[in-house]
Amino acid sequence: MQRSEKPRREGSPWTGLWAVFFKEMADHLSSTRMRILEVLILLSAVGAVYAGAQTLRQTVSEDSFLLLRVFTAAQDPLPSFIAFLSFFLPLAAIALGFDAINGEYSRNTLSRILAQPIYRDALLWGKFLAGLATLALILLALFLLVVGLSLIFLGVPPNSEEVARALLFLLATLAYTGVWLGVALVTSVLFRSAATSALAAISVWLFFALFWGIIAQLLAQAVAPLDPFNPQSELRQAEALLAFSRLSPNTLYAEAVQAFLNPGVRSLGPVLISQLEGALLGSPLPLGQSFLLAWPQLTGLIALTLLLFALAYVLFQRREVRA
Amino acid sequence: MVIETQNLTKRYGQLVAVEGLNLGIEAGEVYGLLGPNGSGKTTTILMLLGLTEPSAGSVRVLGLDPARAPLSLKRQVGYLPDSVGFYGEMTAWENLAYIARLNDLPQALAKARIERVLERMGLSEVAQRPVNTFSRGMRQRLGLAEVLLKEPKVVILDEPTLGLDPEAAQEFLQMIRSLKAEGITVLLSSHLLHQVQAICDRVGLFHKGKLVLEGRVEALAQQVLGGAYRIRLEATPQDGLLERLQALPEVHRAQADAKGLWLEARQDIRPQVARAVLEAGAALQSLVLERPSLDEVYARYFQEVRHAA
Repeated sequence: MQRSEKPRREGSPWTGLWAVFFKEMADHLSSTRMRILEVLILLSAVGAVYAGAQTLRQTVSEDSFLLLRVFTAAQDPLPSFIAFLSFFLPLAAIALGFDAINGEYSRNTLSRILAQPIYRDALLWGKFLAGLATLALILLALFLLVVGLSLIFLGVPPNSEEVARALLFLLATLAYTGVWLGVALVTSVLFRSAATSALAAISVWLFFALFWGIIAQLLAQAVAPLDPFNPQSELRQAEALLAFSRLSPNTLYAEAVQAFLNPGVRSLGPVLISQLEGALLGSPLPLGQSFLLAWPQLTGLIALTLLLFALAYVLFQRREVRA
Repeated sequence: MVIETQNLTKRYGQLVAVEGLNLGIEAGEVYGLLGPNGSGKTTTILMLLGLTEPSAGSVRVLGLDPARAPLSLKRQVGYLPDSVGFYGEMTAWENLAYIARLNDLPQALAKARIERVLERMGLSEVAQRPVNTFSRGMRQRLGLAEVLLKEPKVVILDEPTLGLDPEAAQEFLQMIRSLKAEGITVLLSSHLLHQVQAICDRVGLFHKGKLVLEGRVEALAQQVLGGAYRIRLEATPQDGLLERLQALPEVHRAQADAKGLWLEARQDIRPQVARAVLEAGAALQSLVLERPSLDEVYARYFQEVRHAA
């Protein structure tokens, strides 16, 4: 179609955004799904603190980052708090997002809502932000519970650096959760049936959680085969493996969390002996340096979230209103 | 013109849903978009609202282009989709309040309007009940309440009587008719021709994406059925009566069927018919003038189209 003048949409794409946001948020907070997630939160917080406190009481050495240990310490058979989070949060995000758009279709509400003076942008953004805000709320509740309980159990108040690191960890976790919310949003646009959409989103998650590690290994071996007479090839393969596994949001998140919660971590890749000259092994990095270390991972997660949202946006804009 | 389309066309791949539609609807009119399912009515409506993009042609609603100025257009146009859905776990009031917020109505105004439209649609009693518990008729009325919430200048209703029992359908049609008194332009689509013909000022008949007939119901009947007046009579004995009646001036067609005889005439010629029957020595049992129904217009038109082909 030819148009002599440049087509411009009237008004702001954000018109009605907050109406959608608050409605969706209210829906999330009062839904049965949320009740289930709340029970999970409580169980995981208690489990994490219990495991952390048990482990920490048995160690006698002095530790200046006690709060951070609560997050990372595992006690058989309980997994550590972050292990639990990286398992539970993608599922929570998928639970909140898998029927975002196809739910409107199946309830026959979409054409009615889009006949109101709003753009599709507002609907999609409102739903995404409401999901993200709900997840942030869950996370914050979980975080405060863990911090509060560990204060009671351990009796050691966290110092300011610990709090700052913990908050950065929260930010990385939120970005990671955003990725899975994005995945769920895309599948909710792609598939008309909510069950198919949920299954597809969970499959993507399972793929990255279980299979990507193996596939990355195979790819690394194919791209940089090991030559037993060339030590360089070993390094190349390790780097290739790292590069491939970093395509998975799970790896990015694990690395970011490692840098934030473990001040002793100085590098997220292979380190040569020569690079360690003059380093005081085991001494903690300052917060700023840890932040710089995890910066690529953090931006990677946020960029991935935005990309997935953009994909959902493009798909949704082109979708016919009629079922 | 409140609604105007020029050469409006929509294709889905190979399938042509709407082809070269030229529609013109005046302010304050009740216009019926009629035709069987899948004839392009809903697609036309979605294009009028800017909810789907035309493949070719132009649309103006209230002088606005749905692609360029969708917000100010949708602020003034109310739309009731076919098989309207609501958020079932929310109450009727909450559903309307959400729509009011999407329309950016100030809270006090929204409250007053919600009360008024619920009252008008007879839903005040059930305002605080979740919509899950509503019957089909109640949902439909809630849909119309929502449409009226923004005090529209134009109301577009897609299959408004679908799934309603005859009584509820008639009641609902009267509600639609009452919008005309407020100066609201109404465009409604339906495949139940006989139901809506009574409330439409003008109708357009759709067939396979094309508007094939348009005008007032009586004018269409005149045009297609030849006679706008249908006279049904029972008389005994029938022998030779048909030929006599056929010979009357103004009679377009005369036929016998199981229930008796019927004539199509260009005028109301009941007195002449009665006289002719009596003159033939037959006993006249009944003589009724029937209004032609759109169903017949439609059926006859396509019969003729098929014959011509």
